[in-house]
Amino acid sequence: MSLQLENVTFSVDGQTHIYNTNLTLKKGTMNVLLGRTSSGKTTLMRIMAGLDVPTSGRILWDGKDVTGMRVQDRKIAMVYQQFINYPSMSVYDNIAAPLRIMGKDEYEIDIAVKKIASLMRLDGMLDRKPQELSGGQQQRCALARSLVKGSGLVLLDEPLANLDYKLREELRAEIPKMFEESGAIFVYATTEPEEALLLGGNVATLWEGEITQFGETADVYHNPKDAVTAKVFSNPAMNFLKIRKEGDFIYYGNNQKAPALDVLANLENGRYLAGFRPNHLELKRQNETSIKFTAHLDVTEITGAETFLHMSFDNETWIGLVHGVHDLDYDSDLDVYLHTRHIFVFAQDGELLETASYAKNR
Amino acid sequence: MAKITLSNLAHSYMSNPRSEKDYALRRVDHEWVDGEAYALLGPSGCGKSTLLNIISGILTPSEGRILFDEEDVTFAETADRNIAQVFQFPVVYDTMTVRQNLEFPLKNRGADSKYIQQRVASIARSIKVEDILDNKAQGLTADAKQKISLGRGMVREDVNAILFDEPLTVIDPHMKWELRTQLKALHKELKHTMIFVTHDQTEALTFADKVVVMNAGSVVQIGTPEELFDKPAHTFVGYFIGSPGMNVFDAEVAGNIATLQGHKMQLSSMYKKLSGKVELGIRPEFITLCEEDQGIKIDIVRVEDVAHHKIVRAIYNEKNINIIVPEDVKITPNMTHMCFNMDRVNVYLNDWLVEGEKTS
Repeated sequence: MSLQLENVTFSVDGQTHIYNTNLTLKKGTMNVLLGRTSSGKTTLMRIMAGLDVPTSGRILWDGKDVTGMRVQDRKIAMVYQQFINYPSMSVYDNIAAPLRIMGKDEYEIDIAVKKIASLMRLDGMLDRKPQELSGGQQQRCALARSLVKGSGLVLLDEPLANLDYKLREELRAEIPKMFEESGAIFVYATTEPEEALLLGGNVATLWEGEITQFGETADVYHNPKDAVTAKVFSNPAMNFLKIRKEGDFIYYGNNQKAPALDVLANLENGRYLAGFRPNHLELKRQNETSIKFTAHLDVTEITGAETFLHMSFDNETWIGLVHGVHDLDYDSDLDVYLHTRHIFVFAQDGELLETASYAKNR
Repeated sequence: MAKITLSNLAHSYMSNPRSEKDYALRRVDHEWVDGEAYALLGPSGCGKSTLLNIISGILTPSEGRILFDEEDVTFAETADRNIAQVFQFPVVYDTMTVRQNLEFPLKNRGADSKYIQQRVASIARSIKVEDILDNKAQGLTADAKQKISLGRGMVREDVNAILFDEPLTVIDPHMKWELRTQLKALHKELKHTMIFVTHDQTEALTFADKVVVMNAGSVVQIGTPEELFDKPAHTFVGYFIGSPGMNVFDAEVAGNIATLQGHKMQLSSMYKKLSGKVELGIRPEFITLCEEDQGIKIDIVRVEDVAHHKIVRAIYNEKNINIIVPEDVKITPNMTHMCFNMDRVNVYLNDWLVEGEKTS
């Protein structure tokens, strides 16, 4: 079982929504579409579902062309941001509905419904109406209905976006379990990098209608192909610093210099973009070779366990994430440190040239 | 700007409430200090919106009073309370320019035109919309529109308070950072009394000086982010704040010794005899994976790599527990036990925090 998008594009009134896309999703894989609002996640899912027909290119299901096939004739389940249940039916009947449409016998239906209900922890609630459930339970009911018919392709479009933070945390931990038991191809759209990391599997990062990278989630996170992918796949966003390599040194900011160690040593003389993640900025010099920056601290945010530092340096805005509570003076200079092993090097056009050495030795 | 006092305040949507259960908001006495930023945090249905609606005047409480400074406003209309509000979805006038939208509350109150000009320029700078001031609001993205709603909420200096009802819900994660920073900078500059309702702990903790945690109609704890993290007053606060939340273990406590399933460990405080449901609360950040002979055996179910740390999902005594392992720590096969940082263990009696006496 596989779903293949072959040279798929999608335009409306001459405006391109999806640029040339090639993607193969295999049986039993979790695939996260990660991108900001209107980057093309939903459009791509609608094309996979058959709700929209691509402007060019083909959709292949197990190698068979299904591009023009009606959505009703495909074995697909889709769950949206807004949970949809039949309000007048019990939870049991809601879950059983797709099987009844397929004309299964009641004995078979009963077994299937109870199995999926137990997986979704809805056992004790089968007689209730959806309105008598909490938001999380309602969405679990919608998820159960989408899984019960054993669809080969399950499309989840930001299914947790409308739920309370804590409920999301719980369902997020459950979704990989359901997925593992189903053996289907899961496609899961989200705007949140952390959600992608928690779900694991594969990720496709989307930027303005284009897939910038597709691969194993942890691998894409640690080896982003370019600066755009790194930006999409980080929250808070990756920080950037303009650097110039000359001889054994790099120059940055107001003609400050530091020894070109680690991956910086391999670079030819020239201009580059150094990228590093917020949690790698430090308030204390942990290592002799760490680079020191005197940044301007705009605001701090304290979460109780961690402190976010909002800074500016050389016309770039940076966010630092440090452990513990640090009550620092706003609107003042702040020294922060960065170890060279945490530096990714990008070409000026954004292409990744060197993965940070810490990420290579993971 | 004003101090806001809730005095014996309670609300029930029923006409004859009989028990505590019938109250959407249970009795609360609280003073919101002039010029501070507060967050009301809790799950759906916890009563936070009910409380906000009482403060804004959309709802008249069934019991108690609400005062702005010394003035009783319990029965005053919203329009007479002199407050600004920002809602979950942007409310902007599409046919007006961004500038006209920002000017609107000031013009309405007949402010001096020179003052209006200055004020709008200053707000536009803060929320970074200077370059689109003369564009029509129509056609702007939801993010930009909400930014303008926020700006308009802050434009008047003479309001008693500014109320925010989940204003970042529709905003993309990367924009949330920007808007939050701007809100925070504006608060620092203008010192308005601000009340921010949310179910998102990150928003609440990063925005507020003090967070009011609510559950099932009651205020459970009011504290700084640090207090809520270090000393949750109730196991609910421990669960709700932190991601994942605090782990809770059934235990026996006598003096400074806690016993977990026969495992004895030394607490950093002395406790009086506790009778009732006794539990230890410890955050995932303060448990480490360790080797045999050092700690307590657990069953590791899965390890999730969320990049800047790993979350270990495990089972102990038939209960799910979470452990956070820092990015640079490698997990080896012989790490089958857990060890506690005893300084960070809290003791709970019937779900409420018990403070012991520090042993030195």
